[in-house]
Amino acid sequence: MRRFYGTELANPLMLGTAQYPSPAILAEAFRASNAAVATLSLRRESGSDNAGQVFWSLIRDLGVPLLPNTAGCHTVKEAVTTAHMARELFETPWIKLEVIGHTDTLQPDVFALVEAARILTEDGFQVFPYCTEDLVVAERLLHAGCQVLMPWGAPIGSGLGLNNEHGLRSLRAHFPDVAMVVDAGIGLPSHAARAMELGFDAVLLNTAVAKAGDPVQMARAMAMAAQAGQAAHQADPMEPRDMAAPSTPVIGKAFLT
Amino acid sequence: MDKLTIIGAGVAGLAIATEITDRGGKVRLVDQHARPGAHACSWWAGGMLAPYCERESAEEPVLRLGLEAADWWQAKTGTVTRNGSLVLALDRDQADLRRFARRTTGFTEMTDPQISELEPDLAGRFRAGLFFGDEAHLAPRAALTALTDRLADKGVTIETAPQPAQTTIDCRGLSARDALTDLRGVKGEMLILHCPDVALNRPVRLLHPRIPLYIVPRGDGVFMLGATMIEATERGRVTVRSVLEMLSAAYALHPGFGEAEILEIGVDARPAFADNLPRIRRRGDTVFANGLYRHGFLLAPALARMVADHVLDGKTPEVMDENHG
Repeated sequence: MRRFYGTELANPLMLGTAQYPSPAILAEAFRASNAAVATLSLRRESGSDNAGQVFWSLIRDLGVPLLPNTAGCHTVKEAVTTAHMARELFETPWIKLEVIGHTDTLQPDVFALVEAARILTEDGFQVFPYCTEDLVVAERLLHAGCQVLMPWGAPIGSGLGLNNEHGLRSLRAHFPDVAMVVDAGIGLPSHAARAMELGFDAVLLNTAVAKAGDPVQMARAMAMAAQAGQAAHQADPMEPRDMAAPSTPVIGKAFLT
Repeated sequence: MDKLTIIGAGVAGLAIATEITDRGGKVRLVDQHARPGAHACSWWAGGMLAPYCERESAEEPVLRLGLEAADWWQAKTGTVTRNGSLVLALDRDQADLRRFARRTTGFTEMTDPQISELEPDLAGRFRAGLFFGDEAHLAPRAALTALTDRLADKGVTIETAPQPAQTTIDCRGLSARDALTDLRGVKGEMLILHCPDVALNRPVRLLHPRIPLYIVPRGDGVFMLGATMIEATERGRVTVRSVLEMLSAAYALHPGFGEAEILEIGVDARPAFADNLPRIRRRGDTVFANGLYRHGFLLAPALARMVADHVLDGKTPEVMDENHG
């Protein structure tokens, strides 16, 4: 099993902590899904004197490894500063690196991303870069020192699923040893299962659960789907074929007489 | 019966003092600031009495308890406007309108001509909307002042220092975090605009996947724009991003807001418990009433009724989760 900077995940679901109707429902969603990692954003919540600390301590109480992110950062400098704040506050070298390049689609700025990843890796961070499925960008990120990749399925919060399955498949095939998470764009359990069937190591989602009518039920569904997809991948699925192939031999059956 | 001491003259303290006084109880009301003002987060509230709309993300008690609000405020202060509320989304965000409709009740679906009839200034701007005809709104500062004056007429003036008391009702909001350790702040930023070019008859909510906005008309061309929801306890520091987002949403609702004058930019933090529902807790001689979250004006009447039920009649109300008398 591929590891995340030496850590093996208890299950293939990473869950975000934003936009839930209440912290109580957030906690319930984590319990229901048993998510292995909690991502959290500290940019908006951190004001003077770490004003978000009450909310953060609610998240710490989930007892799940934390993956702080740099959501909302648009430049290398902002992202690096936010990563340093996160490391100090949450005492973890893990950082989900987001550098947004386009405000409407929240598409990553991959050039700034590679630069920020290099700076942070040299500084001892273990970087989880939110990237596209572009092979060359992936290569640059790995050269910059990343050992994990987080390609998008579709734009953040869109719920569109896997927009470029071919690209994701190709990425998986090119870097067979790198732990990879499909991050962003997952709207339904079937999307999560599909990503896992392709051989990804985990899925990360937030809006699909937080904005569901019943976040707890949706969290449970996502966990089951991710696990089903993972089990299917490990089971080496059959190849699809054009001809019907009966699973029971037909020779000797009544219809031949 | 001994006087009850109520600490904190924000929306919770004033509503509770009013309810108890009206039911024949005797209260002292204590607040270091003597008059309602910018120190209380209810000063910065939107004043929407919108239980149906709030149900989109709030739990069931908010709808049921919130239905008491409009009548209560009208009876006690006469400041309520019953014009319903309107929920709209730009063309590209129609999915959010459908989601909102699935999760709420008490609305009529509106098409452009019907929207134009309700709000002539929005004619031709929105294809579809939801009209919540039974909702209402008020002007929070006028309502808080009216409660204060009404209490004064009944002999209850706000004292600035507490006297020793048999029973204390603690309505200090976020300041009560010293005793209520599971209370957190949810920061909100808001704006007040003067825009005589645009006329709206009722609160309008503009749905957006990331930046939902509401605009509440205050009369005389004044509008309240709100409000951000940030998981932070800080009670100051308005960010450029928040103001930009709210103003561009207002501009998207009607370009006339581009010419508005910015009268005020406000910020505070709402006191909330983990499930965003209010609580009554009794510890010895102190009764805590807190956690109104973004539902100060919507739920204060129900909270006041339940606190009065408890301190006057010894009942255990539904939002009471601790009773160590």
